[in-house]
Amino acid sequence: MSRLVLMQGNEACVEGAIACGMRFFAGYPITPSTEIAEYCALRLPMVKGHFIQMEDEIASMAAVIGASVAGVKSMTATSGPGFSLKQENIGYASAAEIPCVIVNAQRSGPSTGLPTSPSQGDVMQSRWGTHGDHPIIVLSPSSVSETYTLIIRAFNLSEKYRTPVIFLMDEMVGHLREGIEIPEHIEIVNRKVIKGGQSQHMPYRIPDGECAPVFAPFGEGDRYNITGLIHDESGFPTNSHIEANRMITRLMRKIEDNVDDIVATEERYTEDADIAVLCYGGTTRSVLEAIDEARSKGIRVGMFRPITLWPFPEKELFKLSGKIKKLIVAEHNYGQIVLEAERVVKNNCSLKFTGKVDGTLISPAEILRAIEED
Amino acid sequence: MASQLVEKYMRTEHLPHIWCPGCGNGVIMHAVVRAIDKLELDKNKVCIVSGIGCSSRAAGYLDFNTIHTTHGRALAFATGIKLAKPELEVVVIAGDGDIAAIGGNHLIHAARRNVGMTVVVINNNIYGMTGGQYSPATPAGEFGTTAPYGNIDRPFDIAALAAGAGASFTARGTVYNPAQITSCIQKGILHKGFSLIECISVCPVYYGRKNKKGSVIDMIKWQRDNSIPVEKAGKLPPEELKGKIVTGVLSQATYPEYTEEYAKIIEKVSGGINYEQA
Repeated sequence: MSRLVLMQGNEACVEGAIACGMRFFAGYPITPSTEIAEYCALRLPMVKGHFIQMEDEIASMAAVIGASVAGVKSMTATSGPGFSLKQENIGYASAAEIPCVIVNAQRSGPSTGLPTSPSQGDVMQSRWGTHGDHPIIVLSPSSVSETYTLIIRAFNLSEKYRTPVIFLMDEMVGHLREGIEIPEHIEIVNRKVIKGGQSQHMPYRIPDGECAPVFAPFGEGDRYNITGLIHDESGFPTNSHIEANRMITRLMRKIEDNVDDIVATEERYTEDADIAVLCYGGTTRSVLEAIDEARSKGIRVGMFRPITLWPFPEKELFKLSGKIKKLIVAEHNYGQIVLEAERVVKNNCSLKFTGKVDGTLISPAEILRAIEED
Repeated sequence: MASQLVEKYMRTEHLPHIWCPGCGNGVIMHAVVRAIDKLELDKNKVCIVSGIGCSSRAAGYLDFNTIHTTHGRALAFATGIKLAKPELEVVVIAGDGDIAAIGGNHLIHAARRNVGMTVVVINNNIYGMTGGQYSPATPAGEFGTTAPYGNIDRPFDIAALAAGAGASFTARGTVYNPAQITSCIQKGILHKGFSLIECISVCPVYYGRKNKKGSVIDMIKWQRDNSIPVEKAGKLPPEELKGKIVTGVLSQATYPEYTEEYAKIIEKVSGGINYEQA
């Protein structure tokens, strides 16, 4: 039987992660993600896991990769400036194909910004924050309950595709307290590994039918090399242009070829909708209330929510844009995912943006105004 | 003996290495391998963690679990590996720029925590990979491509820095005396906790040429003539130690090792409190 408990978003993030096997956390205190580190410090030793507070955000990200290399599901959490600091090593995990989950409880920026105020200003950074072309998966939860289940999915995707997954929370969801149902059964995906000693020093050779490497963790007999340099199947650096092209193309296609497996969206009231509001994360809550209000006035409006922000749900939004007259993109920033929406919907329907950068929540009234305006 | 070690511990398919003729890095890599061989460590349990720079390319040539990480961050990666799997033997190989400049913060904190790992610092007094810029170990008054008028920075004493930050074992050797480096690395690996061995290398191509140090033979002879064993150095007044290289085991202390302390926490709270039902 599932259990009903009262939880904060940040706490649900930790409990979900532990439920699916996260046993290593390295972090550094920063508002509004700090509770995640605090819960991990409390909870991980209880389940024979390890928590460490590192000297900075860069070190936290590095330690997480190190622990994952040793075979342990690992996570870090941060906000605002800390997310910027982690970027170089996120790129390392992406290039070296080391599974790990990076939680970013977004706060208002740029720079030190408004540390305790909500924002969704890191959407583009979550996709392109580290240098170079690289694969990444970004998920965004909109409730405490979804935080619990979606962090499990974040680990599953990370393990399956051997890529870092950004769990893009926001202050609203992170600090929200709600009653949630802890599911009795959860699906857990662990990274595929071949038995130690059998890789023949070719850790990055992808076996038929697999989408990612299958090397065993450090210490189990394979003795391979990992590097952030462009490398060939042996994991050893190479300056070959052919190998460079092969490696980067394979990394990008690892995600591109599997978008149907990775992308998740939610639609509500879109069957008969003339208008749809695209939103994600904490903003969803104001949007849903505004939609209820608008519908009570006879306006046929629905909601489209990317749960997977990156890769962006192109197919799903394109399909919807052919059925509606107007798409309103509501996000808590100066306009980021709206650029993707514009690219996808083209001239299928009209498009309008409503955003905010003053550190206050987008209210249902503001969304309603956007819905009612021409 | 040397060729046997090469066969046993090196990925010969990736040789020859990328280092310049006369570089001291190979001598130090050899010392690491010799120390591991003497201690008869299980190759499958040894992890070599390196950062970025000339020295850090050593990891790829060695037939262990090897990870060539990001610039300056080797110690933070190593901390994650050791804490996640304390049974692994973690050896970090890093250069002076890597560990004392960009990685300086990680150095002092890893030393303070006393995480069980052995750090082999290859100090060649210069940034070699990028072509000869001054490093935190370039002596004042010397030249680099970014110090065309002479370096006005004061250099770090890397071993003293680590000891000051709480490292429980520090030692120093030179490529003139590989047997001493080997012995120091062996002692460092056997030591429980964070140990750092500063190995003074030679970079004849960038540092040597820029500073008119002569041939690599001249540079190594200079090391011979300017090294003082720590036992002897203790009896000399400070002015006689100026510009000298003090070698041997410089400091050793017993502090609680980090992963063992964490294991005690796990022992205490795992199974004890049933949080699920609390």
